[in-house]
Amino acid sequence: MALTFFVDPSRCIGCRACVHACAECDSHRGISMVHLDFVDREASTQTVPMVCMHCEDPACARVCPADAIKRTPDGVVHSALPARCIGCSNCVLACPFGVPKYLPRYDQMMKCDRCYDRTSVGLRPMCATVCPSGALFYGEPSEMAARREIPTQLFQIGKQMVKTNVRLMVSPTTTTLTLDVADFLAEVHHAG
Amino acid sequence: MATLPAPEGTLVDAYGPHLNHVTPGPQEPPDRLVKTHCCFCGVQCGIQLKVRNDRVVGFEPWEDFPVNQGKLCPKGVARYLQNNHPDRLLAPLLRSSAGFREATWDEALDRVVTEIQRIQSAYGKDAFAVLSGASLTNEKAYLMGKFARVALGTANIDYNGRLCMVSAAAGNRMAFGIDRVANPWSDIPLSKCVIITGSNVGECFPILTDYIWRARDAGARIIVIDPRMTPIARTADLFLPVRPGRDSALMNGILHVLVARGWVDHDFIERHTTGFEPVQATVARYTPELTAEITGVPAAAIVRAAELWAEAETGMLLHARGIEHHTKGVENVLTCINLVLATGRIGKPGCGYGTITGQGNGQGGREHGQRCNQLPGGRDIEKPEHREATAKLWRIAEAELPRAGLTAVELMDAIRAGTIKGLLSISFNPLVSLPDARLTREALDQLEFYTAIDFFLSETARHADVVLAGSLHEEDEGTVTTGEARVVRIRQAVPPPGQARRDWQIIVELARRLGKGDFFPYAEPEDIFRELTFASKGGPVDYGGITYHKIEQQQGVFWPCPTPDHPGTPRLFEDGRFYFPDGRARFHAIDYRPPAEDTDADYPVVLTTGRVVSQYLSGTQTRRIGPLVEQCPDPYVEVHPALAERIGVRSGERVRVVSRRGEVTLPALVVRTIRPDTVFIPYHWPGAQSANLVTHRALDPISKIPEFKVCAVRLERA
Repeated sequence: MALTFFVDPSRCIGCRACVHACAECDSHRGISMVHLDFVDREASTQTVPMVCMHCEDPACARVCPADAIKRTPDGVVHSALPARCIGCSNCVLACPFGVPKYLPRYDQMMKCDRCYDRTSVGLRPMCATVCPSGALFYGEPSEMAARREIPTQLFQIGKQMVKTNVRLMVSPTTTTLTLDVADFLAEVHHAG
Repeated sequence: MATLPAPEGTLVDAYGPHLNHVTPGPQEPPDRLVKTHCCFCGVQCGIQLKVRNDRVVGFEPWEDFPVNQGKLCPKGVARYLQNNHPDRLLAPLLRSSAGFREATWDEALDRVVTEIQRIQSAYGKDAFAVLSGASLTNEKAYLMGKFARVALGTANIDYNGRLCMVSAAAGNRMAFGIDRVANPWSDIPLSKCVIITGSNVGECFPILTDYIWRARDAGARIIVIDPRMTPIARTADLFLPVRPGRDSALMNGILHVLVARGWVDHDFIERHTTGFEPVQATVARYTPELTAEITGVPAAAIVRAAELWAEAETGMLLHARGIEHHTKGVENVLTCINLVLATGRIGKPGCGYGTITGQGNGQGGREHGQRCNQLPGGRDIEKPEHREATAKLWRIAEAELPRAGLTAVELMDAIRAGTIKGLLSISFNPLVSLPDARLTREALDQLEFYTAIDFFLSETARHADVVLAGSLHEEDEGTVTTGEARVVRIRQAVPPPGQARRDWQIIVELARRLGKGDFFPYAEPEDIFRELTFASKGGPVDYGGITYHKIEQQQGVFWPCPTPDHPGTPRLFEDGRFYFPDGRARFHAIDYRPPAEDTDADYPVVLTTGRVVSQYLSGTQTRRIGPLVEQCPDPYVEVHPALAERIGVRSGERVRVVSRRGEVTLPALVVRTIRPDTVFIPYHWPGAQSANLVTHRALDPISKIPEFKVCAVRLERA
């Protein structure tokens, strides 16, 4: 199987090495494409890193009126093409993972392209190479078999199933992640 | 006079801290990649520095280095930004009416030598002191010790490792006869139970997190003991939120359960140790209920810790400053070792123990003679045979070799008291790093002459009469010894800029001008390393068989490595022999005693201090690196919501933290991840933001480490 990107938020220590390392990339030097946030700092030190999940049928590309967002055959969804991007931010609103950013300075949407300049020449993405805790990992899926969490690439978002190229490590009893808050509400649960 | 030569603002404008940022836009390809190590923390991750036109312009992960395999924390990612920095000192500085002026090396060194000679002839040799650093290479650490004893003839040299892990070092020597972590990090994933006590691994040694979680993947249980739920504690199997300053009681309590249930390894105790009976008698008193009362950890959790440790086939215990920065730092360490020895969990794959050293060369920096009571090879400056061996090697009479001098905090107190009149410091920023900062400032004001070797003008160096522009980590060759006792090579990536010189060349030149040049005949750092290894032969810290070539071939060499054909020793005690003549490890019976300053009605809250992931020690380097500063621009005080409600503050509002020494006012960070009776402040900042305005200067009686981790404070809404 091809080299694969895995995200395991349970391992994130919030150090931001990925955020800083991303900003070293020549194509967007000084600007990081990795998001990293505390879930609720008052309650916990839990943080979550977010890179582009590289959906198989990316919502960002589907909503783009200028057809500026391309997915290459290797499964990588790219930043908006500068010549086409009209800066409308449809993609920013549509992405279920909150990944694309509209940068007014460049009048362009930019996002994680899984370090295309590195991965296309056999190097690992910068964030997954430096991540000290294994929360971001890029490599042979067999290497992840030893982990106690298991990978999923299916996300039920409202009525829509999203399949991603990047795998999210989840608890061994979960294979699909439900991201509709309604599913967590007691009354809906009882109604169902 | 060592008062500030100009208003602080003027000095900040001229010498920083200013922030260096990533330069936007594409880069030209580098001329070369230099395989070296990160300059921060004792893990010493391998890293490749990108060099173009003799400037460090970036980094590339070094995936072949086995310890970190390309992994880095944010400090490692951004470390290159300390190079080519606007604050870099490019020439020697002399104090002037307006602050500092640049001077020639001749003028600066003449002034230093004249002042050393004046002070030593007026007040005696010991009136001139040296404060050195554990970020220096082994070569420089050795050189500083020899320079102080041979060129200056002073007893008073000590180093900032005194603020780091000296209590662990002393405890290890007392129990094992050797001061070193007992296992390589690669043993961690082999362990089935890992106890981490007083170590914020995720923020202070981020890449070790992966080792611990690989153990967890393989079924290990992780027990974390800490007053705060740190990132490593967040997913622990068992979290024991100990009240600061109660660690020895907690370890006694866990051992009590192990003994009571018959879960100790009597065969191991019988064959490989001495002194268990008094320990057994002592821990008999530490029932889970009594231990719970002292430590604030529920009795059931204490019992559970003992069960998890006993059930696992293998176990490792790791600690760091959290149990070491105490007036009973050595005692805390010894109670941890008691637990390991009583269960025979040492000297085998996945079984072991160690302190995780915090400073870049925290291990090597404490081995080669820059400590006030130590000679090269970890030898004891008060032992006649050790004195003879070193004096012979250095070609001086044994009587000329100074005796033990003062430790770092005592040395600063002697400056304040006026018995020490002159100071040379290198890579040490005591104004930020020593406890009770007001006393440190008063001390600096008392000095008749102060010279600092540094690459940036640190807060302390601002007080100097002469500043000697030295070298950054990437501007010199050498070795450091990592936290797992692996000796690794530091590579010169670029030459020192401007008129700045390599640190060791400054020291050698000072020695020459003091008339002692013949004792320092070095052309390159490797010459110093050869002498260092020769000096260590047969000593407690034996580098006898280590060469630069061997380090490169093996990607590091673990000492002891006594002979050229010896491969080095990643894991200690595999033959069940400890480093005493009888080969037996020593138990020490330790009764819990309270911290130097406990809480009372006036000061009802415990203050503890520590690090954040984006800063390193006193911040001389990391407070100048833009992305790291922006990650955590200012210190704060972590307060539990229950305590915050009592004093009426919300997150972001300012709180005055007051102790008997002083006060500091900082924004509150209200979090449920800290004990309600404890507050936490990160210590990397100077001046009015310094946690050390409040901390306590009480010292451990054996190791002289200060009690940074516990003092009594009260909180007021500011």
